[in-house]
Amino acid sequence: MPSSTTPAPLSGAAPRGRGGNRLAGRGARIELIDLSKRYGDFAAVDEVSLVVEPGEFMTLLGPSGSGKTTTLNIVAGFVGPTSGSLKVDGAAIESTPAHKRDMGVVFQHYALFPHLTVAENIAYPLKRRGIPKARRAELIGTALDTVHLGEYGHRYPRELSGGQQQRVAVARAIVYSPRVLLMDEPLGALDKKLRDWLQLEIKRIHAQLGTTFVYVTHDQEEALVLSDRIAVFNHGRIEQVGPAGELYERPGTLFVAKFLGESTVLRGDTTRDGDGSAVGVCARTLRAPGHIEGPRAAIIVRPERLAVRPAGDRPEPGWNALPATVAGEIYLGSSRKLELTLPDGSPALVREQAGALSDVRKGDEVTLTWRVEDSVLLPDDPDVEAVFT
Amino acid sequence: MSTSAPLRQAPETSMSTPRRRTPAVGTSRLGRGLLWGLCGIVGLWLIVPVLVVIPLSFTGKPSLKFPPDSWSTRWYANFFADTAWTSALWTSVEVALLVTVVATALGTAAALGLTRARVRGLGAAQGAMLAPMIVPGVVLAIGTYSVFLKLQLVGTLAGFVMAHTVLALPFVMIPVTASLRGFDRRLENAAASLGAGSWTTFRSVTLPLVAPGVASGALFAFVTSFDEVVVSLFIQSPYLQTLPVKMYASVTRETDPTIAAAATMIIVLTTTLVFTATFFVARRNRAQ
Repeated sequence: MPSSTTPAPLSGAAPRGRGGNRLAGRGARIELIDLSKRYGDFAAVDEVSLVVEPGEFMTLLGPSGSGKTTTLNIVAGFVGPTSGSLKVDGAAIESTPAHKRDMGVVFQHYALFPHLTVAENIAYPLKRRGIPKARRAELIGTALDTVHLGEYGHRYPRELSGGQQQRVAVARAIVYSPRVLLMDEPLGALDKKLRDWLQLEIKRIHAQLGTTFVYVTHDQEEALVLSDRIAVFNHGRIEQVGPAGELYERPGTLFVAKFLGESTVLRGDTTRDGDGSAVGVCARTLRAPGHIEGPRAAIIVRPERLAVRPAGDRPEPGWNALPATVAGEIYLGSSRKLELTLPDGSPALVREQAGALSDVRKGDEVTLTWRVEDSVLLPDDPDVEAVFT
Repeated sequence: MSTSAPLRQAPETSMSTPRRRTPAVGTSRLGRGLLWGLCGIVGLWLIVPVLVVIPLSFTGKPSLKFPPDSWSTRWYANFFADTAWTSALWTSVEVALLVTVVATALGTAAALGLTRARVRGLGAAQGAMLAPMIVPGVVLAIGTYSVFLKLQLVGTLAGFVMAHTVLALPFVMIPVTASLRGFDRRLENAAASLGAGSWTTFRSVTLPLVAPGVASGALFAFVTSFDEVVVSLFIQSPYLQTLPVKMYASVTRETDPTIAAAATMIIVLTTTLVFTATFFVARRNRAQ
């Protein structure tokens, strides 16, 4: 999903407004082909392959230690891959040193040069490129305007707040119109409110510039807000790549289902049943579309797909049902979450929109129902629990 | 005398530490009084020679009698009139400046290598480079002398610079290593991503940020060389002497208060250097 920004030449008189920005340029296509990084027996990155389209906003999402930051560092050139290759616009760059890759990098802890002012920090990459002084001043002005820090050029980084410092870091990374912008948990050190606002800022800057963004985060909400596509990392491998909606609605693995959004997981032995499968859960038979390899399955259901009915309701055709007990409720204003306990003791989560709340209370016996096609059938993976508990 | 320069500061630093701390629980008034008394005695012990030498240099009599019973500046005039003294002073300054440049460059490079390289034997290399601080001066002096004899470096400027550089190296490496340990290496990744090669990164990012450590290393290198006497005594020649060597010769041959004038000038020069540096470092720290 490349952005629709018109590429503007660096030389200058490009029109601004309507999403145009004088720093805008064409984003590069990045290809990771079987990239690995091993430290002894441990594979920090394990045969990762990924294509990032020009102008795309790609997020590498995963828990800490899943290899996402190492992958970003390989792309930036800070870490050399043990094997595999890396291409930018078709040219292999795995042996190009970091300072010749022409990528912008934004770090979690800003990494501004403390002995230089904001303007000098932003001038740094321009000086390395031999851009004359007058042109530098112009570009610095544009970059600072882009991050809404026009008046701060003469300040030192220590005189700015964390959010302002990170915006300076963004300005410094975009001022030379790199074809690729890499961001390593750029909002990780900031508080929630600032983070929410800066997410929108980053999204806006991406739309203005048309640069290819690769963004690393462990925060799934952040990934959902920002990304064109998300690559979910686990144990040094990519579990699944796709747009947020696809990962949420059709997770390919149990890990992805649990990492992205909330869900109820129902485990049991599975058998083929016509077009779909039957899974035995709590002495009842649940149905789900599709088949899997192996005898153990997990059915994933998102909380907004579940509904509670009075106890003893028989399921209609095309619906699954399980008895459950209401263990708690969380009121969230626009919605309400019900925490339920199934007969085997495992938890289930229901989200009801305001205006469509059921009248159940804590301790009530209910029937949990959902449509068969809202069940996502996945192979069970006992390792996944370890990551989340 | 050769290692006295950095140690000269020791009483100041050790005394300022308890002052800043809140008193430890259980520290009695008596205990604190004793501590202050002890520190006072140690401080006095270290400073008394200076308090004797300075008045001595202004004596009116041609003897080292203390306290002097008449006053004059004739020994200073004598110092500057005698080419043996002035050329020794000039040699010392020249050697010390060259040592400052060479030892600072080598010591900084060594500190950089030792903090970053990941190879076996790093500890041994570091130990070897810091050894001149611990090995007795006479041992170093004899070793240096025998090698220099063979290489015909005795009594040469190059010989003095090389010998003093070995002695000064640890005093550069220690503060620079400390600065590098506090340096955020992610800044170097940032510089690389912005298009700076490794030399440019060092020059424009790493060096400015570890500059206080390098500056204090340079200062110690200068002072170490400027008042080094043991090794210098061995590698001197009648034609090339440093000021401390000349002073030693003077005190063994004649009892002429010119030596007190020379000593006073060394004290003033080194203290001025150290205080100026401390002042600038303190101001820089406050600014940040």
